Amino acid sequence: MGRLIDLCKQKLGGAVISAHEQHGDETVVIHKDAMLTALRWLRDDEATKFDFMMDLTAVDYFGTRPREERFEVVYHLFSLSHNHRLRVKMPVAESDPAVESAVTVWRAADWFEREVWDMYGIVFKGHPNMKRILLYEEFEGHPLRKDYNIRKRQPLIGPEN
Amino acid sequence: MGVTVEEKNLEAALGDSVILTQVDKVIGWGRKYSFFLYPFITACCGMEFMSAAASRYDLDRFGAALPRFSPRQADLLFVVGTISHKQAPILNKVYNQMAEPKWVFAFGACVCSGGMYNNYATVQGIDTILPVDVYVPGCPPRPEIVIDGLVKLQELVANERSSKWPRGKAQYEPRVKR
Repeated sequence: MGRLIDLCKQKLGGAVISAHEQHGDETVVIHKDAMLTALRWLRDDEATKFDFMMDLTAVDYFGTRPREERFEVVYHLFSLSHNHRLRVKMPVAESDPAVESAVTVWRAADWFEREVWDMYGIVFKGHPNMKRILLYEEFEGHPLRKDYNIRKRQPLIGPEN
Repeated sequence: MGVTVEEKNLEAALGDSVILTQVDKVIGWGRKYSFFLYPFITACCGMEFMSAAASRYDLDRFGAALPRFSPRQADLLFVVGTISHKQAPILNKVYNQMAEPKWVFAFGACVCSGGMYNNYATVQGIDTILPVDVYVPGCPPRPEIVIDGLVKLQELVANERSSKWPRGKAQYEPRVKR
């Protein structure tokens, strides 16, 4: 196993649900409740020093995974000083699609979290401005959810084509 | 109706000093060489618009070179690039703000029909929200076909009757007023 995975397991213990490595790229899956602490530690610790959150997105595993872990929120972290990367994922239940906001850890998370809310309907608690970023306020539903009707149209003007 | 023998004789009698024509024809001839276009550019087609407008292909040769960045000073709306449902009411407002006579040029596959996007976000052709005069397909269209479209629009404008104007507001109103 990779060095970063070992560090995470040492520090976070049972909060690490699973981990894997592919071609030198390391991924850890962390429990939702421990996420914010883990992210802050990943940013601040001298050995990890992830000062750059490159990407934050989500995946809908509707129909392929149990409903308690239907969604997965994914963080892609990069350290400018160490030049290393880590992918951090956390499962999110369909019944409670709400996670802690990472805006207090990286300001860059602001718009990414709004996009995930817009597209997947996952709420980020503690976000300073939790509203849609790409779609309009009148839009109903979250279009990247796999159960959003692919034929549904919600135009602001003109016919529903 | 066509030209009568009398009119022909009259024109011949007047020699080179006078040209007989119709007011609509003179106005149409003037309009077709003096488009003031408003580029409503939202996506990648904008690059191809630039290359059509710039010196190599040079839309100025057809009198349509000067982009006006206020719809109130423009009479040709160039819609260039994918129009999303969020963008559609804005496009509608821009169209309604233009003074008549005005024409709409649909530039590229997305503007004509939604192109390769048939999803929750994309308008399936801007003719669902405003009247379109010329459709230029392509993803993106090459400058040659843009020029062809512009020349076709010139033909249309040259043969217009003044009774066509005013054409009025676009056929749809936004559902929500902002």
